[in-house]
Amino acid sequence: MTSAAATLPAKKQKARNYMRRYWPLYVMLLIPLSFCLLFKYWPMTGLVMAFKDFGMMEGIWGSQWNGIENFRYLFSRSDSVNVILQTLKLNVLDLVFGFPMPIILAIMLNEVSSKSFKRVTQTVIYLPHFLSWVIIASLFLTMLRTETGMINTISASMGGKKVPYLEDNTLWQVVYVFIGVWQSMGWGTIIYLAAITGISAELYEAATVDGAGRFNKIWHITLPGIRGTVVTLLIMNLGRILGSSFERVNSLSNPYVVLKSANVISTYIYRVGLANGKYHFATAMGLFQNVIGVALILVSDRIAKSLGESGLI
Amino acid sequence: MTGIKTAKRPSAIKKGAGGIVFDIINHALLVIVALMCLLPFLHVMAMSLSSNGAVISQKVLFWPVDLSFEGYRMVTADASMMRSLLLTVIITVAFTVLGMILTVFAAYPLTKKELKGRGVIAFMFMFTMYFGGGLIPEFLLMNDLGIFNTLWSLILPLAFSAYNIIIMRSFIEASIPASLEEAAFLDGASYWSVLFRVVIPLSKPVLATLCLFFAVGRWNAYGDALYYIKTSTLYPLQLKLYYLMGMATDSANLAEGGAASYVTGEVVKATCVMFATLPIIILYPFLQRYFVTGIMIGAVKG
Repeated sequence: MTSAAATLPAKKQKARNYMRRYWPLYVMLLIPLSFCLLFKYWPMTGLVMAFKDFGMMEGIWGSQWNGIENFRYLFSRSDSVNVILQTLKLNVLDLVFGFPMPIILAIMLNEVSSKSFKRVTQTVIYLPHFLSWVIIASLFLTMLRTETGMINTISASMGGKKVPYLEDNTLWQVVYVFIGVWQSMGWGTIIYLAAITGISAELYEAATVDGAGRFNKIWHITLPGIRGTVVTLLIMNLGRILGSSFERVNSLSNPYVVLKSANVISTYIYRVGLANGKYHFATAMGLFQNVIGVALILVSDRIAKSLGESGLI
Repeated sequence: MTGIKTAKRPSAIKKGAGGIVFDIINHALLVIVALMCLLPFLHVMAMSLSSNGAVISQKVLFWPVDLSFEGYRMVTADASMMRSLLLTVIITVAFTVLGMILTVFAAYPLTKKELKGRGVIAFMFMFTMYFGGGLIPEFLLMNDLGIFNTLWSLILPLAFSAYNIIIMRSFIEASIPASLEEAAFLDGASYWSVLFRVVIPLSKPVLATLCLFFAVGRWNAYGDALYYIKTSTLYPLQLKLYYLMGMATDSANLAEGGAASYVTGEVVKATCVMFATLPIIILYPFLQRYFVTGIMIGAVKG
């Protein structure tokens, strides 16, 4: 009894001392925390729309619950299922063509002995990373237009046929993937070049003494040396396989492909949600994408760690 | 700093004929890749500096034909374009300042291991990188806050960036010795003065990096403007360009964009593209260096 009475004020005293010392840190945190709660966590409550039959008049909270009806609708209709499949398809293509490019480029750059040549090349290939998607799309749309684009003008002047790069749905996907690779390959080399820096120079020297050629050294020293980085980045990319950049797809889109090849989850949410006002379907689609995304990241983090890599989270 | 160096290889190795062929092919391929990155840009720049006639007759490749500054004269004389530029600068500056305040005030307390609740708050911040409400709930929030179709909708929501907070926190933990802060505390300094007199002055490289992350991100983004800005006089530069280039594909935006996208010549379009890229090009040497720094700090964790 007496000891309990004695510890309570002691605890209080301790808490008071703690706060006297640390209150400035909490005040600092209050500012970002309030932004975080308002702009990140409050919208999460809106996800209940995914389980409601949303009506503009009733609002989020007044609308009727309808269980998983929205999801049933999404997965029973071929147009929304196609959107999911198309998202997967473009991402797989991105991965197949986009993932190896920075690795190859980094190894090629590493084999260059002239410092100035390397620096100039790096400066140039980093540039696309800094351009907005509107600018990138503008550059390529200007070049690839069927009638007046530079590529078609040149090929026509050499007797070739004019190719509808942007109007044809298959070609559009080729263009889409190409531009993605174009935009990200240079910037992607940074992380691999840093990993290559970590490889001991002695390994290369020893290999040289043993008479190993350039390809041999790349295969037996450089590639094993960046294995960890490659695995981590690959797993990270797999975790984003259902993600979709709205700005990239939307800016490269046009009326010929908008409902076919350029029809991915992010643009679907925009079109069905904002343009057509079907908030509940769009929210359900977004929630589906988000949940799968988090699950994939958790799984890939687990895989990375089980492979002895540092993991992502 | 974090300039990217490659592993040193003895340069005195004798190169056989195979080595020389390898070098030639390697250099040639890299030149081709570099040209591929540059040529689309050069083409549009050449168009912006050519006469309308030369562009229409498709004579322009990578060098201006009939050098002409007509495009630039027209674009700089266009009041709506200048207005859009000014708005974009204002938005970018405001966004960057706010973003930096949030980032510093979030990152510094989280470096204090003895802070109670640190783990929970850090988790709350990080969680937002992987999960969010999505477009529709965020759109409704803009409505509820009454900032839909105002510039605030482009400044406030994205200023909180968990990724940048991680970078800032990693930098402070790795580069600012705890003994320095302790010495200041012994002199009776408060957390405020330690933050402003010790931590911030020692964090200049990372602060520059994060400023550029915020600024370039804001300058280049158009998605949120497309969602939230409906009045054409409030269009930021990228969104204006989006409509100008005829990128709007859906009916809702065709109606909206119709008013904004007047029939425009190719030269003027090309000039607008250059115009919106100019700040990036001017800042490019800094951007490149500091972005690489940021990538390296971010790669440690995150």
